[in-house]
Amino acid sequence: MLSLAVNKDALVLFKKNLASFWEIYRRNTMGLIGLFFLIFFGLLAFLGPHLVSVTTLVVDGVTQTLHPPTPGYWLGTDNLGKDILAGLIIGTRVSLLVGVAAATISMTIGTIIGIVSGYYGKTVDALLMRFTDVFLVIPWLPLVLAMAALLGPSLGNIVFVIGITSWAGTARIIRSQTLSVKERPYVERARAIGAGGTHIMLRHILPNVFPLIYANTVLVAAIAILSETTLSFLGMGDPTRISWGMMLHYAYEMGAVINMAWWWLLPPGIFVVLVVLSFTFVGYALDEVFNPKLRRRDL
Amino acid sequence: MESIVARPDLLEVKDLQVHFAARLNLLNALFTKQEAVVRAVDGIGFQIRRGEILCLAGESGSGKTTAGKALLRLVEPTGGEILFNGEDIRVFKGRRLKQFRQEAQIIFQDPYESLNPRQTVFSTVAEPLEVNGICACLKEKEERVTEALEDAGLNNPRELFLRYPHELSGGQRQRLAIAGSLVLKPRFIMADEPVSMLDLSIRAGILKLMVGLRDARGISYLFITHDLSLAWMVSDRIAVMYLGKIVELGSADQVIKDPLHPYTRALVSVIPAPRRKSGEKRALLQGETPDPVNIPPGCRFHPRCPQAGSRCREETPTYTEVQAGRFAACFYV
Repeated sequence: MLSLAVNKDALVLFKKNLASFWEIYRRNTMGLIGLFFLIFFGLLAFLGPHLVSVTTLVVDGVTQTLHPPTPGYWLGTDNLGKDILAGLIIGTRVSLLVGVAAATISMTIGTIIGIVSGYYGKTVDALLMRFTDVFLVIPWLPLVLAMAALLGPSLGNIVFVIGITSWAGTARIIRSQTLSVKERPYVERARAIGAGGTHIMLRHILPNVFPLIYANTVLVAAIAILSETTLSFLGMGDPTRISWGMMLHYAYEMGAVINMAWWWLLPPGIFVVLVVLSFTFVGYALDEVFNPKLRRRDL
Repeated sequence: MESIVARPDLLEVKDLQVHFAARLNLLNALFTKQEAVVRAVDGIGFQIRRGEILCLAGESGSGKTTAGKALLRLVEPTGGEILFNGEDIRVFKGRRLKQFRQEAQIIFQDPYESLNPRQTVFSTVAEPLEVNGICACLKEKEERVTEALEDAGLNNPRELFLRYPHELSGGQRQRLAIAGSLVLKPRFIMADEPVSMLDLSIRAGILKLMVGLRDARGISYLFITHDLSLAWMVSDRIAVMYLGKIVELGSADQVIKDPLHPYTRALVSVIPAPRRKSGEKRALLQGETPDPVNIPPGCRFHPRCPQAGSRCREETPTYTEVQAGRFAACFYV
């Protein structure tokens, strides 16, 4: 069958593309560092519950509270005697989940609004962009706090709130790229063969703005993780789940600072910074791979 | 071959106009009442017969590309009539417009820009079929795509299926673009400077392909070019455009060997020829084509015309049939 041959060749083609992508990506040191940490945190999130015993997180009244790091409790314990390291590992999952899920929602909304607005122009563009402006200028934190308070503290709601409030910048970026792509002759060619707006947007504009979307998703994920931390720290997080923001929240509330319990306050903070940095590094690296103008020449 | 003149018309254009609203700068917008209008195409008329290659020649800015795109409704005409097979295409909508788009296709100037860089060869040629719902089954689609690529002169088409445009040479790309049009089996192709971006060595092949398709399938072409020697080589008739109007139209031989309009004469005289008679002077035009927002009064060519008299500055010469099958717009013809 010929069609099977096409499919098989498509797989070969995909591998070829992936190989050439890696060839450029691996030259980017920043990107490699970011990728290394992302894989590390990914594994941590995936394997987390298998790495620590749940008993270390149960308040048993036996474990010493606010204990500085010792063998067995590598990062010490909090005011209830829970193991900080175990909390960190368990919390990775929530942070990454929120980051990826919220970024997906945000990118989907931003991409659709950006492409539709840029492609149709005129009234559609004016309406959608004014709507986007509203989201751009509303003070972000009060809005998110209000929405989170209204919807109630659950992980799903947090993802939703972050996703729905962080798409405006993406919509702007995608729109500007769409404006440039839609003037290319191959879009005119598509019109000449009778293609309609939806077809052109899906087949010609989307694939040509995709590199931007990849790079941007990773950057938005970093912001989403930071947002989740902020919300949890301010007490709007899901109380039934341990996240880094939640740990910071309790550490702050329960007097980690007064007790000089640095092992309680610092590790979640450092983890947040590391994850956000690694996402950002990967985002910039992707941007460089997909945007040849930014690519350095290696001599 | 029967005479082209005797064939029925496929396309008839009457008084076609394409005007754009020009962007005003702030000062003008504040102090002038009337809107500035770019009269890119300002009332042109011609016919294209079945199997005929009509060349629209002119300098850049003469409105030839805009006119060509208006014929395909890629640019909306603001006035006049375009009859395709006797039907006015300006009223086409929805399904009828889509049907028309299958019959009238376009070849672009730059094959590096007119192909989606993220689409494979197969997908590029199969797309017109998918858009128009022509063949649902993959096997049939593969056959049609193979056939179109072969017709466009690409050897071993199946091996090219999964290549991307950047993996092809310039000539191959233009052949791919042509295959993308041919797959719909059009009756009319608007070719907008189809070889001007290609290496000299490849040009002849592409032109031969286009003329061959005309001979084999009776496809009609509107061939847009700024190069009169090229026009002479490929076309049956030539229309010369200047600033939105046709100044002269006639058979290719007549227009090149015996140009009537001073503008055509100037263009013809600068065609490089190996055996130019010594003493024969080249008429080099002075200045640039005027801005189509401010078209000169009278004959629009008079500021650059070596023959212009006082009448040319005031009256507009009409475009009339000066000999059988020859049209020109000049008082001195």
